[in-house]
Amino acid sequence: MTTETTNRMDLAFRRLKEQGRAALIPFLTVGDPDLETSLAIIAELEAAGADMVELGVPYSDPLADGPVIQRASARALRGNIHLRTCMEAALKARKAGSQLPFILFTYYNPVLQMGLDTFFAELGNYEISGLIIPDLPVEESEEMRRRSRDAGINLIPLVAPTSSERIAKIVSGASGFVYCVSSLGVTGERTSFHESVDQFIESVRQATDLPVAVGFGISTPEQVARFAKICDGVVVGSAIVRKIEEVIFLLQDPGKRGEGLLQIRDFVAQLRP
Amino acid sequence: MIQVPDRHGRFGAFGGRFVPETLMNALIELEEAYNKFSAEPEFQEQINYLLKQYSGRETPLYYAERLSAQLGGAKIYLKREDLNHTGAHKINNAIGQAILAKMMGKKKVIAETGAGQHGVATATVAALLGMECKVFMGEEDTRRQQLNVFRMKLLGAEVISVTSGSRTLKDAGNEALRYWVSNVDDTFYVLGSAVGPHPYPMMVRNFQRIIGDETRKQILEAEGRLPDLLVAAVGGGSNAIGMFYPFLEDESVGMIGVEAAGKGVDTPYHAATMSKGSQGVFQGSMSYLLQDEHGQVIEAHSISAGLDYPGVGPEHSYLKDIERVKYVPITDREALDALKLLCVTEGIIPALESAHAVAQVEKIAPTLSKDDIIVICLSGRGDKDVESIMAYTEGEGLK
Repeated sequence: MTTETTNRMDLAFRRLKEQGRAALIPFLTVGDPDLETSLAIIAELEAAGADMVELGVPYSDPLADGPVIQRASARALRGNIHLRTCMEAALKARKAGSQLPFILFTYYNPVLQMGLDTFFAELGNYEISGLIIPDLPVEESEEMRRRSRDAGINLIPLVAPTSSERIAKIVSGASGFVYCVSSLGVTGERTSFHESVDQFIESVRQATDLPVAVGFGISTPEQVARFAKICDGVVVGSAIVRKIEEVIFLLQDPGKRGEGLLQIRDFVAQLRP
Repeated sequence: MIQVPDRHGRFGAFGGRFVPETLMNALIELEEAYNKFSAEPEFQEQINYLLKQYSGRETPLYYAERLSAQLGGAKIYLKREDLNHTGAHKINNAIGQAILAKMMGKKKVIAETGAGQHGVATATVAALLGMECKVFMGEEDTRRQQLNVFRMKLLGAEVISVTSGSRTLKDAGNEALRYWVSNVDDTFYVLGSAVGPHPYPMMVRNFQRIIGDETRKQILEAEGRLPDLLVAAVGGGSNAIGMFYPFLEDESVGMIGVEAAGKGVDTPYHAATMSKGSQGVFQGSMSYLLQDEHGQVIEAHSISAGLDYPGVGPEHSYLKDIERVKYVPITDREALDALKLLCVTEGIIPALESAHAVAQVEKIAPTLSKDDIIVICLSGRGDKDVESIMAYTEGEGLK
């Protein structure tokens, strides 16, 4: 793996390991409420101590997502935000000075329609370190895995509490990190987690040497702290998207935009383990 | 012809399993359970018993003499799936999947529904087998099909009105899948059409093939030979694949799948997935679908709630590509005219879905000879649509 050393995500995990702490990985839907605001939010996330960020591509039929991210997707789609806009957003954020590794979170169909040739040809130019495709299970992902590897981009595999004997197959040959889905269900805040989640994460750890991150339903500082003890990364999605939704009226008012951005920053900063 | 699907659930380039990892285990379990139980005689016996004693199969293959005479061409037969218990072919599949659920030890079933026919069929079978039932239905469809909503509630099912997306069948399907992801342990998802991730398209086809199997036997009895043409409406495509599948290797049998052209294929208001769609991934499988250049799914439109779907079963996409089946669009207007024609010539009110197939035959029968035989899959009865038809024809009067 000659590209391993230049991938920002791999470098970040290496650094975090030296520091002995877990990555805080916030998610936002690009273009919610508009592209320019998303770029401003990315800067706030970085200022609040995010270690990498998931850039969600809005999709008409987001099967893996709960109502909060569904609504964000719908808002972004009204602004004509598509896969390429999201890829370009990563580059714009980089040009604006962001040092964060970017992970593109997209359903498979937009990638298929762009065409894998075009997608990978362009991806390299857009400062993207990793890809998450929630509806592309390992059985269907052979070509994506090969092309990602060739491009030096990490295709992040998802494992679920029900994956059991599939875990070995899913993590074999993976790169970047392994994404553990905390519990069954779609994305969205949860008040509690089944106690078997620790056992599940432990079984994933034993199956791979890659960093292990957990996501789906994590929304409070206490939950982040709980998982940061046993994982190398914690993804917070719906809680942040809900916060953005709450302050949209501020973000869209030129006089109060700063206040809205500050509220998002404060929310993410207090999540930091 | 090669046997499809392959072990990955692929029909040529179509099908497969494109779902979140959280569902993979459930789908694999389902596939294994289906393979195991469908090989056991007891499974088929239980299904056959219910199909016969409960649903009233076999359904007649009825020679529509007056319709044939009126159109002045081929002899037209109607496969009367509308005479099934609950009024449509949907019960064939609901019985099959519910028996499978029972054998798997699941106590709860969920279903998605468009027109409400599959929801009613699932609620019916759930009541029969003493299972808890939730039906997901787009809010728009609950309004169009109020009678079916009430029917499901009468049968003891909970109807969940879906307010995401276009609030129609596709969104009901999304919501059912999302619910299933959270409740895979004790819940069986009774999927209503030959769509979705493997093994659903294969399983639904196998539960619906009884339509074609019976038709073959009945037409041989009536005519001593196979038909020249089979015509069936295609939304997701379960009645059509059930009718076509047993005849696929009979080269002399032509097949036409009729999709909904809504207000016209050159307007934005249609559900003509085959005529106007392109290949992509939707609701768990690779197939044709209506989408924009960015891969976002486009909302479909049809007067018929059962055809108002931007996707189509993967096996149909395969049959289109290998040119075994021809797919044609029929507009709302054409379907309504055909519905009225069947009412006055045969005294049968077809479902709006099935009326699309009748409309295609109205076009094609006059061009054929009196020796030619057409079989229409009359997939459902039209009682549920009477209100929609009244609203549509208001002001223009019945001809």
